[in-house]
Amino acid sequence: MAGEVRPNPPAEGRGGDIFPAAVLSVPDAIPESPEAVHTGLAERGFALVCRSAAFAVAGLLLAVFAVLAINAAPTLHAFGFGFLTTEVWNPVTERFGALAPICGTLVTSAIAMLIGLPLALGAALFLNEYCPHRLRGPVIVAIELLAAVPSIIYGMWGLLVLAPFLSAHFQPFMTAWVGPIPILGTLFQGPPFGIGMLAAGLILGFMVLPFIASVSCQVLATVDPVLREAAYGVGATTWEVCRNVLLPFSRTGLLGAAMLGLGRALGETMAVTFVIGNSHRISASLFAPGTTISASLANEFTEAVGDTYLSSLQALGLVLFLITFIVLAAARLLMRHVERRAAH
Amino acid sequence: MSNGETLLARRKLVNLVMMGLCSGAAGLAILVLALILWHLVSRGVSALSPDIFTRTTPPPGSPGGLLNPILGSLAMSVAGIAVAAPLGLLSGTYLAEYGRYSRVAQVVRFVNDILLSAPSIIVGLFVYSVMVVPMSHFSGWAGAAALALVAVPVIVRTTEDVLRMVPATLREAAFALGVPYWRFIVNVAWRAAKSGIVTGILLAVARISGETAPLLFTALNNQFLSTDMNGPTASLPVVIFQFAMSPYRDWQHLAWAGALLVSATVLLINVLARWLARQRS
Repeated sequence: MAGEVRPNPPAEGRGGDIFPAAVLSVPDAIPESPEAVHTGLAERGFALVCRSAAFAVAGLLLAVFAVLAINAAPTLHAFGFGFLTTEVWNPVTERFGALAPICGTLVTSAIAMLIGLPLALGAALFLNEYCPHRLRGPVIVAIELLAAVPSIIYGMWGLLVLAPFLSAHFQPFMTAWVGPIPILGTLFQGPPFGIGMLAAGLILGFMVLPFIASVSCQVLATVDPVLREAAYGVGATTWEVCRNVLLPFSRTGLLGAAMLGLGRALGETMAVTFVIGNSHRISASLFAPGTTISASLANEFTEAVGDTYLSSLQALGLVLFLITFIVLAAARLLMRHVERRAAH
Repeated sequence: MSNGETLLARRKLVNLVMMGLCSGAAGLAILVLALILWHLVSRGVSALSPDIFTRTTPPPGSPGGLLNPILGSLAMSVAGIAVAAPLGLLSGTYLAEYGRYSRVAQVVRFVNDILLSAPSIIVGLFVYSVMVVPMSHFSGWAGAAALALVAVPVIVRTTEDVLRMVPATLREAAFALGVPYWRFIVNVAWRAAKSGIVTGILLAVARISGETAPLLFTALNNQFLSTDMNGPTASLPVVIFQFAMSPYRDWQHLAWAGALLVSATVLLINVLARWLARQRS
């Protein structure tokens, strides 16, 4: 620590290797002035406060995990591994299985990535390579601002605007044209409620889109301009520069951006709860109402009666926490690589 | 046509197609997002009235406003930030200064980055277990605590980032004068990074003003005007959730007005934070 006032390190510490301790006749301790003692205390105190704050933040993750695990224990004990593989969710008979919410979480996130990822990547490439220079700054700022819009706005828009549109136009159209096709058609069967897995996936996709796009833009911006210029210099077209220079060089970072988006989609509550329909049934059709882990929590937690019910909901929370932890940890490890490159 | 010419023509065609696709993706993305904003503004503005700010949430079918959720949101955000700001500032300082090169700090940084995007409903569950259950009632304080937990990682991250940008010359000049480390941090580093730190806190405020999920099982909701943070407290996002999900037209109108208020606040704070950050550089 640079501000340390006592200038006498123990002899074997710094000088010990070079000079014999006897030559460096440093006294073990010099009497400290009252002022120095005061400074030392402040110094150590301040460092301690900072360190404890940081450890408290890190301890939070452990605490959350521990609390969820303790609360989920009765359920996991009662139902065992079967909790993850049964579909039944019956508060009356107190039989609970997490399969439907887990499936719903995965399916809606998959739809979200299917829609959000290509659009976000396209938009990021457009902003990085094709976009007129003057337009670029404002559009990037607009996308970053949109990424900050609270998710409840997306959810509300989904319920009051998108769902009626889907039920009136999109769903009957899909049932009529894609419905008769075997296998693929089963995804688009059933009454056009508007709300359901498809609506939830779409809304999630729109929500993660600006987020993934803005992170991808930052990742693409870390590619060394010399590489791009060299590629253009040998006569590559814009697309060839994207494909052969930008994408290969920012592969890791783009994957990280996608994983961050996925982490958001998996854990998102409000954008989904509005439009999912909250039904604990697994259906082959994307039009059918379903549920996700976070939507089940949001809809049922305050109304849950009985220890088993509450504990089962907490167990759902634990599952969600573990899934998102893995995805986010992977994302951060990938992004660290990019941050290092940006630092150079 | 020679072989070379066909190749060139094909490359140009591929380029044109891909350029079209990328521009299309960007266009479609902006179109959808503009559509969302358009509905938000047009329906929100038509629902705005002075009543929104002066009357409390009504039962369906009677006139009313959003006074109690506005006040509740303000109170919980202020209380949450009052806890989160010092905690985040100190942790960020540890990461940027004391722990800059230490392994432990790397772990803390990693954990903080995960907390930054962890599902906020999990935070709600956690606070429910550690505050609502022991106190045996929902309360505004629990809501504030949940919001604080959402805000802390944002502040830690931005504080660390801006403190790392404090020029080495400032550091060396301070140490050459024999300034103790903690004095350097408080009087030189924090001061140099002040606008950046404020930006981080503003971003955290923006983040928690739209958060709904952590409040659902902590602050719950309250249809009456209440100044008691020890009891259930209304908040704008939760009221928007409740009203938009209801089948009543007038409640849905109020929900649009609330949504407009929340988004306008979040966007304004974001713009302000950006402007501050630009002043610095």
